[in-house]
Amino acid sequence: MDFFLSLVAILESTIRLSVPLLFAALAGLFTERAGVFDIGLEGKMLGAAFAAGAVAAVTGSVWLGLAAGILVSVALSLVHGYAAITQRGSQIVSGVAINFIVAGATVILGEAWFRQGGRTPALSGSARFQTIDLPFADALRGVPIIGPIYSELLSGHFLLTYLAFAMVPLTWWVLYRTRFGLRLRAVGENPGAVDTAGISVVWMRYRAVICCGILTGFAGAYLSLAMTAGFVKGMTAGKGYIALAALIFAKWRPVNVMFACLLFGFLDALSIRLQGNPLPLIGQVPVQFMQALPYLLTVILLAGFIGKAIPPKAGGVPYVKER
Amino acid sequence: MSDIAIELKGIDKRFGLVHANKAIDLTVRKGTIHGIIGENGAGKSTLMSILYGFYQADSGEILIDGRPVTIKDPNAAIAAGIGMVHQHFMLVENFTVLENVMLGAEDSQILNASIAKARVELKRLEKEYALEVNPDALIEELPVGLQQRVEILKALYRKADILILDEPTGVLTPPEADHLFRILAQLKAQGKTIILITHKLREIMAITDEVSVMRRGEMVATRPTQATSVEELAELMVGRRVLLRVEKGAALPGAVKLKVENLTVRDGRGVTMVDNVSFELKAGEIVGIAGVAGNGQSELLEAISGIRRAAAGTVLLNGSAIDVTGRADPAELRQRGLAHVPEDRHHVGLVLKFEEAENSILGYHREPTYGKGPFLDLGAIRREAEESIRKYDIRPPDPRLKTANFSGGNQQKIVLAREMERGPDVLIIGQPTRGVDVGAIEFIHKRIIEMRDQGVAVLLVSVELDEIRALSDRILVMFAGRVVGERKADAPEGELGLLMAGIDGKMEAAQ
Repeated sequence: MDFFLSLVAILESTIRLSVPLLFAALAGLFTERAGVFDIGLEGKMLGAAFAAGAVAAVTGSVWLGLAAGILVSVALSLVHGYAAITQRGSQIVSGVAINFIVAGATVILGEAWFRQGGRTPALSGSARFQTIDLPFADALRGVPIIGPIYSELLSGHFLLTYLAFAMVPLTWWVLYRTRFGLRLRAVGENPGAVDTAGISVVWMRYRAVICCGILTGFAGAYLSLAMTAGFVKGMTAGKGYIALAALIFAKWRPVNVMFACLLFGFLDALSIRLQGNPLPLIGQVPVQFMQALPYLLTVILLAGFIGKAIPPKAGGVPYVKER
Repeated sequence: MSDIAIELKGIDKRFGLVHANKAIDLTVRKGTIHGIIGENGAGKSTLMSILYGFYQADSGEILIDGRPVTIKDPNAAIAAGIGMVHQHFMLVENFTVLENVMLGAEDSQILNASIAKARVELKRLEKEYALEVNPDALIEELPVGLQQRVEILKALYRKADILILDEPTGVLTPPEADHLFRILAQLKAQGKTIILITHKLREIMAITDEVSVMRRGEMVATRPTQATSVEELAELMVGRRVLLRVEKGAALPGAVKLKVENLTVRDGRGVTMVDNVSFELKAGEIVGIAGVAGNGQSELLEAISGIRRAAAGTVLLNGSAIDVTGRADPAELRQRGLAHVPEDRHHVGLVLKFEEAENSILGYHREPTYGKGPFLDLGAIRREAEESIRKYDIRPPDPRLKTANFSGGNQQKIVLAREMERGPDVLIIGQPTRGVDVGAIEFIHKRIIEMRDQGVAVLLVSVELDEIRALSDRILVMFAGRVVGERKADAPEGELGLLMAGIDGKMEAAQ
């Protein structure tokens, strides 16, 4: 029973830790399926986290914070879109530039506005997301097995957590069951086919980039308004890159993305849990090893276990009408 | 209702310094197949792109059914009843046929209803025009001929009355091309108007009602097809008299230069592509390998030239073995006197992003002439490139120009100059004139004959049976990976055709 309870605890933090990954990876899925590679997920998430934290701290409203986060993230997406779609620049360079600018700007602005060493003031009350208890969570708490699973694991998360997981089927539906999704996937595979069918490639890709901005906005807001109470400098800590790894790992498919994010979330949860605790048989493992595990796993699995991950064919290539 | 489907008046278009279309007038009658021919770069594709709304003309007027229209994007073209089958298919490869047909013509935000409607409509089109294709098949799993059919279906699904086909047979095998022509005839019978862009004179003669000739951005002539001839059209295209038949003397075969014995090649899936093939190639002769594309010719060339590993067999070059089943090295084979003009110049023969000069030494770049140690002697490379530009009349004559900016014929000349000018003993050529215009074909054929007369052993693979018959001294026919027959160059076309289809003429006669 003891083992079971600690397993539930690890799984509970797995869910908590995979939410920003899930939002960001789904965000990346939208742009990359449309043919715009986005290494700037990290920067957008960080920008959104800062804007959300700052606005929530000033206004005391979590919703205004969330809106500000999404706004900033979409704005950064449009910058990426302008560079990559309209100006046909390198998508990698544009994405990296966003990451660097945001990493610096959030600290400078944070220090200038709040003078707390790049942090935003700690949030409380209505300036922060509160956890939601599912119905009968308290009543069922005492029931063996089902109790902990329902009350601990599934209940008591933030609204954004439930939204993140709801986004998975929604993304799938949009991608495979709507006109928008059909065109979005087509524009990432063969923009020429979309253009000759009389659809604007540029506008399609901009819409995809905006979808990405909205989702990274949620990811960032989750970090500063839900998971922690306020923005801390560099708080994304590479989550944007892990989300990208998860996206590749999942071969750009929504349901796979969810499992990949849960896996990486699980490894993260495990590494926190095992900090300082020796592993059975192996003994003490450096915490850095556990932290590196998601990345190692990506490399190993991509190298041979999941087969070839074929990216959208037109990915990374600006569209130029051929003569 | 007039009987004119399309009328273009004074269409003019410049791209920077290039004057692609110069005051073009064109009249296409309803319910006809109208051919537009011209060499690469003559402005045919630009003109059609203007008609399809990809570009806007700088000046000029477009009339459809007698009404002036402005076609500002492909949407407007589709609305005007124009459909286009592009040279490079505009299909999403990992989508199904149905999804491709539907793309851009969906009725509503949510797909279910559109899918059902498209399925019904596809069934109807299939029946009406005999265009059978499985709506749920993935494009990437379909052969090229069927992919093209999907492009035609796309246009018909959008209710096109005017169908533009840009070089439709470039990627097709002869039987597939024949099938396409039957489809086009069928469409014409149903009242559709078809514009066929090509540089293949035979196709024009075979299927069109009228033909317009373009040369260097100008429309130089329009003729009823019955009132013209291949010779006249060729002359109009090139602007001078063209020799369509290759003139050559008898071959004087010498010693055996290349000996292939029991060569077997399997592809990545383990399917046998070349099945126990043996033949000899002597100095001073051209051996042509005829066959419908995909019967093992490509794999045979690749195995001999060291690009693909063979499963079994031996190949002797000048009497000494090539390690075809092991580590045959194309660079080493070049040094040993085996030059190779690959079938696919874009992917294997050239690096399109390189300058002409760089491509002109590719594969030979380690030779001491071009530099010492790790450094390249750019001056020497430039001089060499200028020499081959002069000798092969490569245009534009600029060794620093990016190779992608040369026309197909000139790109091919770059490859030929590179492989032919180093005095090889054996020259292996795949598809020497694929995507090459008439003027250049004449030149390339002459050069191949000259190589033979200088004592080079030439192995020629082409899917153009005419080309094989015109150039070869002996013809080997490949079918399903095996050499099914050897014939003299003057063997009747019908007999070779039967062999290519896997039917042995003699056996048939005996029965």
